[in-house]
Amino acid sequence: MRPVLHRVVDRRRESDDVVTLALEPQGGRPWPFRAGQFHMLSAFGVGEAAISVSSPPGDAPVVEHTVRDVGPVTHAMCTAPPGTLVGVRGPFGTDWGIEGAAGDVVVAAGGIGLAPLRGAIHQLLASPRVERVFVVVGARSPAQVMFGEDLEVWATRGARVAVTVDVADRGWRGHVGLVTSLLGPLEYDPARTSALVCGPEIMMRFTARALLDRGVEPSRIRISLERNMQCGLGWCGHCQLGPLLLCRDGPVVTYDGAVPGLLLERER
Amino acid sequence: MIRRDVAEVVTAHPLLSGLPAPIIEELAGCARNVAFEAGALLLVEGSPADTFYLLRRGRVAIEVRSPVRGPLVIETTGPGDVVGWSWMVPPYRSQFDARALEPVGAVALDAVCLRTKAAADPSVGYLLLQRVSAVLIDRLQATRLRLLDLYEAPLAR
Repeated sequence: MRPVLHRVVDRRRESDDVVTLALEPQGGRPWPFRAGQFHMLSAFGVGEAAISVSSPPGDAPVVEHTVRDVGPVTHAMCTAPPGTLVGVRGPFGTDWGIEGAAGDVVVAAGGIGLAPLRGAIHQLLASPRVERVFVVVGARSPAQVMFGEDLEVWATRGARVAVTVDVADRGWRGHVGLVTSLLGPLEYDPARTSALVCGPEIMMRFTARALLDRGVEPSRIRISLERNMQCGLGWCGHCQLGPLLLCRDGPVVTYDGAVPGLLLERER
Repeated sequence: MIRRDVAEVVTAHPLLSGLPAPIIEELAGCARNVAFEAGALLLVEGSPADTFYLLRRGRVAIEVRSPVRGPLVIETTGPGDVVGWSWMVPPYRSQFDARALEPVGAVALDAVCLRTKAAADPSVGYLLLQRVSAVLIDRLQATRLRLLDLYEAPLAR
């Protein structure tokens, strides 16, 4: 599966080390994808990395990816000026299952984990079967809270949005504390709640436990796992995690079966 | 009548909900409803820890003062939370400031009164200790996780 050329048409800085790239395919429209899936993005001459789609599915002429500058490939992406050509393969993997969502939905994001959930939240707020959407977001500091405009839009569209930071600065008037501390006061009905969780794996583990303690079914908690995705097709085995090949069987998995134990492991 | 109102509020608070009615009555005898304007201090670092609060509405910041950086917010608390635990152990002195971030409604519990009742009836003291310990453990675990700096960028492979 060969990369298809896309041009960077916009680059938006989300925080000091995170940017969102809007990519436009050369000679066509973006492929259909589902919220939660990822693409393999190529920085030519540097390498390829798995990056979740951060824009909502739909008919937009561009597809957005939010990238954190953590290595050579992502550094090349984060510094690519508009006009740069990049390669795109995909979409790959499983999705958040928004089509089946109903009742209450708790969306919990930590750090850049909000990026793969962004499209899902837009869809949840448009779904007639979803009654209440609770969005809780944790970040290291106020400067690292991403998608500020989206957070406001989601709140005006009816989502209960709460943001917390680990370390406040003098201008911060919001919540300070662990993201799980935002879950306690939420008035969702555990018996009819689904949850979507994305962030550092320790954060996901503790968030899932807090949801389970309230009575949410493990099969209705979805988390997104990140490992060393390479082929995207389940052939090369680099992303194997226990019985899962995460590029194919993930990144989104339900928090039941073997998954809680897998959160303690690296890929094989 | 006022005491019964306080007892109802105390019963409804997560810290004490589900306790036997006679014990709630005992504890309510040490309680009163209080309100604070935004900016008011509920607790002051270094002052005697003779009161703690069950928050009913509004948010409270746990702060530490820095001569250079001003007040630093360690954590924020809200309805259903408990503010203050230095009252439990000697030297009964508040370790941090607690500041109302917005108008706050709370139940203030007289710690001297509670300690006296717990000493007189250890079963009351044990139940109270169990409940407060659960809050302490929860906060300690959250603090440990925050120390990990979870959102820091992973090292490149």
